[in-house]
Amino acid sequence: MTPASPASINAGSANGFRSASFDYTSYFFTGITGLAVALILTMLFVLLGTILANGWPSLSWRFITANPQKDFFEPASAGVLPMIVGTSVRVILMTIFVIPVGVITAIYLTEYAHASSLSTRVIRGAVNNLAGVPSIVFGLFGAGFFVHFVGKSMDGFIYGAAGTKVWGQECLLWASMTLAVMTLPVVIVATEESLRAILPGLREASLALGATKLQTIVRIVVPQALPGIMTGGILAVGRAAGEVAPILFTGAAYYMADLPKSLSNQFMDLGYHVFILSTQSPDIEKTRTTLYATVLVLLLLTFALNFVAVLIRSKIRRQMRAAH
Amino acid sequence: MTESSSISKKFASLPDAESSNREPKALIQAVDLSLYYGATRALKNISLSIREKLVTAFIGPSGCGKTTFLRCINRMNDLIDSVRTEGQIQIAGHDINAPDVDVIELRKRVGMVFQRSNPFPKAIYENIAYGLRLHGVRDRATIDETVEKSLRGAALWDEVKDRLDSSAMGLSGGQQQRLCIARTIAIRPEIILMDEPASALDPIATAKIEELILELKSQFTIVIVTHNMQQATRISDETAFFYLGELIEFAPTGKIFTNPSRKQTEDYVTGRFG
Repeated sequence: MTPASPASINAGSANGFRSASFDYTSYFFTGITGLAVALILTMLFVLLGTILANGWPSLSWRFITANPQKDFFEPASAGVLPMIVGTSVRVILMTIFVIPVGVITAIYLTEYAHASSLSTRVIRGAVNNLAGVPSIVFGLFGAGFFVHFVGKSMDGFIYGAAGTKVWGQECLLWASMTLAVMTLPVVIVATEESLRAILPGLREASLALGATKLQTIVRIVVPQALPGIMTGGILAVGRAAGEVAPILFTGAAYYMADLPKSLSNQFMDLGYHVFILSTQSPDIEKTRTTLYATVLVLLLLTFALNFVAVLIRSKIRRQMRAAH
Repeated sequence: MTESSSISKKFASLPDAESSNREPKALIQAVDLSLYYGATRALKNISLSIREKLVTAFIGPSGCGKTTFLRCINRMNDLIDSVRTEGQIQIAGHDINAPDVDVIELRKRVGMVFQRSNPFPKAIYENIAYGLRLHGVRDRATIDETVEKSLRGAALWDEVKDRLDSSAMGLSGGQQQRLCIARTIAIRPEIILMDEPASALDPIATAKIEELILELKSQFTIVIVTHNMQQATRISDETAFFYLGELIEFAPTGKIFTNPSRKQTEDYVTGRFG
């Protein structure tokens, strides 16, 4: 474009402020962004629509509350209760592990570490890299570190050399911990952001009253950051609920007759079950309705777990806004 | 029990107005104090002594070091990694930067009110109870009593007595700042530092704060940074003029504003620069 001459600038007043030329670029970009949104929405609707349409008919109260038989590829003997329990428990356990560790790490990074020091930059880099590691790698790490190293060592420590296998095998505890390691960056980053959003004036006010740094963090900073911490938890739950790879070698079972009774038991998992149904079935046509219904249950469970977390967060927000 | 009795003892030992009419003695003394932010020297060999139960105002153009100096008195500058000081600040004869000084104890005795009102996002009552609990007061009745006393002391009681449980964030700017003053006086410091406490307030709220400062003077030694010259003349007994990190002149307020000894002071207070 040529630079506007004074004459063309003044042209506006002559033609009643009408635009001199049609603004194609603006319309073009409006169109492009609108198209992108439409594309995403279409894909989402197609996805959810297919699952709902195919899964809903075979979704029954019996299906949700029944233990599957060994030949769960048969629609009549299918059931997802143990998978619902297994997936819920592993997600809840993961949340219990990941939030304290993530929050304490974030507190260290924002409140204690020197912002520009080498160690802080190394930790930040490590956290960001952790977020980019493929989930199957976490699965292998969990199997190697938690199951074979930590678990075996615990058995050796508790039961001696007798060779009793309690913790040194795939189980709920190690699967949850592997997921916790995987979702750690999410919680750290969300918590760090909410800690940094707190006005520095609040910290100063507390310190000026003679509070120690620890008192300031525990009584002023962390309560203020709670909603942000919960957001981190929600994102972690969302990421972990549907993951299969990290639990493949660390705790998920192909089939179990009973529900897990202890943290050292294996468990059945919805995501893993979807994988089994879609790859291991002797008659894929017959299993298809069960598969769709299981996927629908997995989606609903993920939504439900997220919803509970959102409810807790909004309750905290309301309490903060009320008196505290 | 011991804690609550020590608080009430402090109340009992407060000097009343009659006994404080003798010549006020020096409480805070800076001896050749210099301060560096990294390599930048922000305060240059400041020596002055601030006297007990007076209002001392620090004036000077932005960036002259008055707030930095103020924050030396309760060691808030400790929070900044790159800060290094030379020389001494003494309070009642003790070097506050000495290695055996407990900074918590120091800040308990030297309260601070900030430029931007910063009440905690908690209930009004909790804002004041916070400092008391920090210092070990657990007795509910003592806390209740101190909350009321402090709010009355900060001329806020009548406005908030019916809503002590509602959030401090719902108060107006001026009320918030008075709550911050109430929170500070609740733990009975000897010295209150104020960093432009009224700079964000309208003239009516400012007048209330000024009135309050004049009342608090009978019990506390007050050091206030202000950009408002009229404010300095209205409330302070002595005024220090800082310029480019140096203390240019320190004298009774009347003298600073009517008959300053230094040319720079005169130029500044008459509005010729700054």
